[in-house]
Amino acid sequence: MTLARSRALSFAWWTLPALLATSFVAAIAIGAVSLSPAQVLSALTGFGKAGLAADIVQAIRLPRALLAASVGAVLAICGAMLQGLFRNPLADPSLIGVTAGASFGASLAILLGAQVAAAFGSLPVVSIAAFGGGLIAVALVYQVAKGINGTSVATMLLMGIAVTAFSASLTGLMEYFADNEMLRRISLWRMGGLDAASYPRAFLMLAVLCGLLASMSRFGSALNVLLLGESQARHLGVDVERVKTLLIVLAAAGVGTSVAVAGSIAFVGLVVPHMVRLWVGPDHRQLLPLSAIAGATLLLISDTLARTVIAPVEIPVGLITALIGVPFFVSLLRNSRGAL
Amino acid sequence: MTLLHAQQVTVRTDQRTLVQNISLDINAGELVCVIGPNGAGKSTLLRALCGESRLAEGEVLFKNAHIESLSSRDRASQLAVLPQHNPLTFAFTGLELVALSRNPHATGIVRDREICLEAMSALDVTHLAERLYPTLSGGEQQRLQLARVMAQIWSAEEVGDRLLLLDEPATSLDIAHQYEMMKAVRAFAKGGVAVIMTVHDLALASGYSDRILALKRGRSMAYGDAETVLTAENMQELYGYGVTVVPHPVTGKPLVLADE
Repeated sequence: MTLARSRALSFAWWTLPALLATSFVAAIAIGAVSLSPAQVLSALTGFGKAGLAADIVQAIRLPRALLAASVGAVLAICGAMLQGLFRNPLADPSLIGVTAGASFGASLAILLGAQVAAAFGSLPVVSIAAFGGGLIAVALVYQVAKGINGTSVATMLLMGIAVTAFSASLTGLMEYFADNEMLRRISLWRMGGLDAASYPRAFLMLAVLCGLLASMSRFGSALNVLLLGESQARHLGVDVERVKTLLIVLAAAGVGTSVAVAGSIAFVGLVVPHMVRLWVGPDHRQLLPLSAIAGATLLLISDTLARTVIAPVEIPVGLITALIGVPFFVSLLRNSRGAL
Repeated sequence: MTLLHAQQVTVRTDQRTLVQNISLDINAGELVCVIGPNGAGKSTLLRALCGESRLAEGEVLFKNAHIESLSSRDRASQLAVLPQHNPLTFAFTGLELVALSRNPHATGIVRDREICLEAMSALDVTHLAERLYPTLSGGEQQRLQLARVMAQIWSAEEVGDRLLLLDEPATSLDIAHQYEMMKAVRAFAKGGVAVIMTVHDLALASGYSDRILALKRGRSMAYGDAETVLTAENMQELYGYGVTVVPHPVTGKPLVLADE
């Protein structure tokens, strides 16, 4: 590790967790009823007297903040994994077809299943359909890309584009036949939102996040070596086929679940890993955990803004992530051109 | 026991035979150069020797075991391969790139770092340790990649004799670094490594190899020391171009010069 790199790294490891903690507390404190940080802390720890503040925190804001943080972290980890796997800093989770497949599943469910919705408990039919659609799309992409000589990354990218285009036209067809109210619901769903946050959803997402975090230590160095190309990775003792399959399954499950509970939130999976890479370099052993923290922070801040900027109206969070992330990303790009 | 024993190696794709009936033995400390025109099957032969290509016929034994039967980690700790092209768009620093080579080993961070720095100083790339790989010139990148594959099998502590396969390592190096690189590889071989490399520069093959294998259309046309292989008749037949062979004024090794 070189001097400049290690300095950037330790700075990042100090700054990002602090930012995450701050934005988590802010997300809980800010809202229709403003709470002081002290009130937030006492409500979170369970000490102090029960009252309105504790109710607001525990029933409304805490599940939402947990969901925002875990969705952001999962999307960022999946993005970083896929960019490493495809050896392409432009790859994002939607490239393997999962987002478009999920959109199609959700549109179909909104169009056909509006009556039976909510019959499935806390995860309504739209979310289940979105998850199913995403997984089917990835399975299709993976089946075609898996040839006799192992999985071809180029075929997989092309197949991802094909499946995305196919699902997009099917979704378009759904929209064509939908009436005005359904059309509005479909397009709102596609912008992404955390307004349906609940403890079951938050815990589901946290469970997926824990799975990803646990796998990270195993895949960090394998992903580093994979950047040299598959044949070199094989010569360096990595079981390439197994790593590839596991990564695809993990990314599909992660993105699929997050799309199911929060709609498609663009930009986090593509740009957060990219920003962190520009900052601390491409070593996945650092990149994966730092991306997770940065993704969680970005989504917490975005969601807080989405709830409060023109309250009581909520803006879809997917629109905010790009609005606040892009200017930051562009300035980072301008400052470190050539160091991609 | 020979370190690498290849017998009647044949590689076919659906339509074409790429390499046919190549037999080759190499021991630790030896350096074999593979020469031949473009498309003669040099890279395919290297891929067959390291177990990457499936053999249609023949066998490759590494320390008396079939090369395909070794576990990937076993193989990675005693066999390193440098391919012709090494695209890498991610901004690793020079030292981080070389350090990737220690993936199959469990020697610890301190020892790994020592090994990486030794390998880098052998190839004169220590000053690139802090630079970002994508910003380096082609020759600098090539030397870093060489340092990487050498660091992968740097020490004999765990595994004994090792094998290094290099596909055109001299390409894009300037003339001084070409000879420095050959000397470094030579010295590396003396430490218990068998080296097989493909080269286009016949002066490098003549000056530094123990044996030369001339490949033409996938077949062995000549195999032996520089004096046996690098004759005017052989080279004319191999490349289809008129050449004269003269002894090197200083070392006396055969030097192949184009006629016009």
